[in-house]
Amino acid sequence: MTSFVPRIVAFCCDKSAYVAADRAGRLGSSLPASLEIIRVPCAGRVDVIHVLQAIEQGADGVLVFACHEDNCHSLTGNRVVQVRIDRVHRLMEEIGLERERLELRHVASTNGAKFAQIVERKFQELETLGPSPVR
Amino acid sequence: MKSGSKLESILTKGVFAVTAQLDLPKESDVSMIETRAEWLKENVDAIGVPDNQHAVVRICSMAGAAVLVRMGVEPIMHVVTRDRNRIAMQSDLLGATALGIKNVFCVTGDHQSLGNQVDSKNVYDLDSVQLIDCFRTMRDKGTFLGGTERIERELGLFIGGAANPFADPLALHVIGLAKKITAGVDFIQTQSVFDMDRFKEWMGMVRDRGLHENVYIMAGVTPLRSAEMARSMNERMPGMTIPETLIDRMAKAQKPDEEGIRICVDHIEELKEVPGLRGLHITAVGWEDRIGQIVEMAGLLPRPMAT
Amino acid sequence: MIKVEQKPLDEILGFLEPYKKIVLVGCNACAAVCHAGGEKEVGILAAAIRMARKKAGQTLDILECCSPRQCEPEFVEELKEKVDDAEAILSIACGVGVQTVAERFSDVPVYPGINTMFLGETERMGVWVERCQACGHCILHLTGGLCPIARCAKQLLNGPCGGSQNGRCEINRDVPCVWHEIYDRLVAIGQVQVLEQFVPAKKWGTESRHAGPRTLTREDLKR
Repeated sequence: MTSFVPRIVAFCCDKSAYVAADRAGRLGSSLPASLEIIRVPCAGRVDVIHVLQAIEQGADGVLVFACHEDNCHSLTGNRVVQVRIDRVHRLMEEIGLERERLELRHVASTNGAKFAQIVERKFQELETLGPSPVR
Repeated sequence: MKSGSKLESILTKGVFAVTAQLDLPKESDVSMIETRAEWLKENVDAIGVPDNQHAVVRICSMAGAAVLVRMGVEPIMHVVTRDRNRIAMQSDLLGATALGIKNVFCVTGDHQSLGNQVDSKNVYDLDSVQLIDCFRTMRDKGTFLGGTERIERELGLFIGGAANPFADPLALHVIGLAKKITAGVDFIQTQSVFDMDRFKEWMGMVRDRGLHENVYIMAGVTPLRSAEMARSMNERMPGMTIPETLIDRMAKAQKPDEEGIRICVDHIEELKEVPGLRGLHITAVGWEDRIGQIVEMAGLLPRPMAT
Repeated sequence: MIKVEQKPLDEILGFLEPYKKIVLVGCNACAAVCHAGGEKEVGILAAAIRMARKKAGQTLDILECCSPRQCEPEFVEELKEKVDDAEAILSIACGVGVQTVAERFSDVPVYPGINTMFLGETERMGVWVERCQACGHCILHLTGGLCPIARCAKQLLNGPCGGSQNGRCEINRDVPCVWHEIYDRLVAIGQVQVLEQFVPAKKWGTESRHAGPRTLTREDLKR
C-alpha cells in the first residue's frame, strides 16, 4: 500500500514567512519535500482565485502566511487576506472540501522554528485527512 | 347630510359620539359577531369592523358590516388599501352602500409582513389619502376615479380616516391630517390614547391650524387588562406607546382589570373636556362585554337614537 | 446600478448536471461591481464548479469568458465561436444579460447563475441598498431626492403611515421610514410646504410595468 504524502502549497509573504522559511532551512529544521513555497510581496496579494487554483492543481492543503496583526508592512494586507480566506472557506464548504485544508497563519520573520512547526503540524493533519478529493 | 347615518347625525348635532371596535372571526361563522353586537348596540352609536387587521386573514369587513346592518346596528366598514386595487375598492363601495352600509373608515393597512400571509404581493394601488379622495369623488362628483364615467345612483357616505397623535415628527403627521381633510375626510379616529399630555399637544397643533372645525375628531381609548397586555401592545402594535407610569400602575394593582377600567374611565372624563374633540372610539378586544360598563361610568349613557 | 448576487453553488450545479461542456460568461458592468459576475468571479466560479464536479466523479469543460456589458447585442455576438462549441451557457450577468444571450443563441439552453435583486446604491463596500424601482415617472423633486416608491414599504405618495415610529418603518426597525427622512430633508432645504400638496393616485398603468413590458424608443437615435 503506497503511503500518501500530502502536498502543501504555502503562500509566503516576503517580509515575514519567506524569511522565516529560509531561517528554518538554515537552522536544519526539516521541511517536507512536498512543500511548495510561493513567494508573494505581501499576503494581501493572495486572492481567492490563487488559493482555488492551488487546490484545483493538486494541493492537499494550503497555508497562507501573513505578518502578525499590526505588523503588516503594507498596513492592511494581513486583514484583507483574512476576508478572502473566509470567502474561500465558504466556497470549500459548498464544494464539499474540509476547511482544515486551508489555513491562514501569522509568523514573524525571525521565527523559523515556528514556521517549521506550523508546516509539520499541517502535514500530519493532512496525513490523517487524506488526499484532497479533487486532486 | 352626506349619508344620513346615525354616527353622522349625532356628530352633526354636536353630541359627544361613542363608537366601538368589533374584531371579526377567522372563520365563516357570524355568530360571534351577532353575540358581541348585542352587547354593544345599546352602548355605542356605531361599530367599527376592521379589514383583515394586522394583515391576518379574517372574514371580510363588508360581510361583518352587512351582518350588523341586518341586525339593525350601525357599522363603520374599514377599507385597507393593502389588499385591493382601485377597481376592487370602488366596486366594494358600490356593494357596501347597496347593502345599507353608510360609514367607511379608510386606512393604508398594516404591512403584510406583519400578518399570516407574508409572501403575498401587496397592492397599495392607492394610499389612504388617495382612497379618501376617491370615495369623496364617487359621492360628491358622482363619478369613478378618473372622472369620466358617471355613477347612476347617488351614494350616501360618511368617510372616516385615521390619525396618529403619538407618531413623530408630530408636525409631519399634522400635515398628513390636513391633507386628509383636503381630500374629503368627514371624521377621524386616533390611535388609543394613553399618553394624555402628548394627545393634548397634538390637539393643540390641530386647533392652531383650525383643522378641528373641518373634521369630527374622535379619540381612541382601550382599557388595559394587565401590565403584560400593555407591554405586549407596545411591542407588537405599530404606532402604540403606553407610558411606563401606566404599566407600573397596572402591575401594582390588586385587581388589574378593574384598575384598567378605572384608568380608561378617567381618561375618558379628561378627554370629554378637550376642546375640539367630538367623540370616542373604544377598542376592547375580547372584552366587549365591559364596554357598556365603561360608557356608563363615564356618564355617556343612554346613547341618543339607541335601538 | 443593478445589484445582483450569485445563486448558491448547489443550484448552479443542478442546472449543469446534464452537460459536459459549457460556456461560462460574466459581465464586467453591474455584476462585476457587485463582485458577483465579473471576470474575477468567472474564474472563481469555474474553479468551484470543476472541483465540485470532480469530487462527484464527473468532469465539466468550462469555456470562460466575460462581456464588457452583456445587455449589448454587439458584445454578445463576440461569444459565437465559444458557444458553437458548447452544449449550454451559464451566464452570471443580471437577468437582462441572460436574456440577451438567450435571444441571440436561441437554440442553446442558457442558465442564470445570478439572482438580480434591485436598482441600488453602494451604501458602503459590500452593502447595497435599493433606491429605484424604475416606475417611469420620477417625483424626486417633490420628495427632497428620496424615493417613496422604492423606499416606502407601502409605496405611499402621501406618507407617512401610522406605523412609522422613531423614524423607523413598521416592517422592521432596521429600516428607516423614508417619509420621516423626506420630511427632514425638505425642512433642511426649505421646502416642507411641498408636503401640504395632495399627491393624486399614481398612474401605475402608464407609468410603470403594470401595463405590461415597456419599450423605450428614441426616434432620433433609431436605426
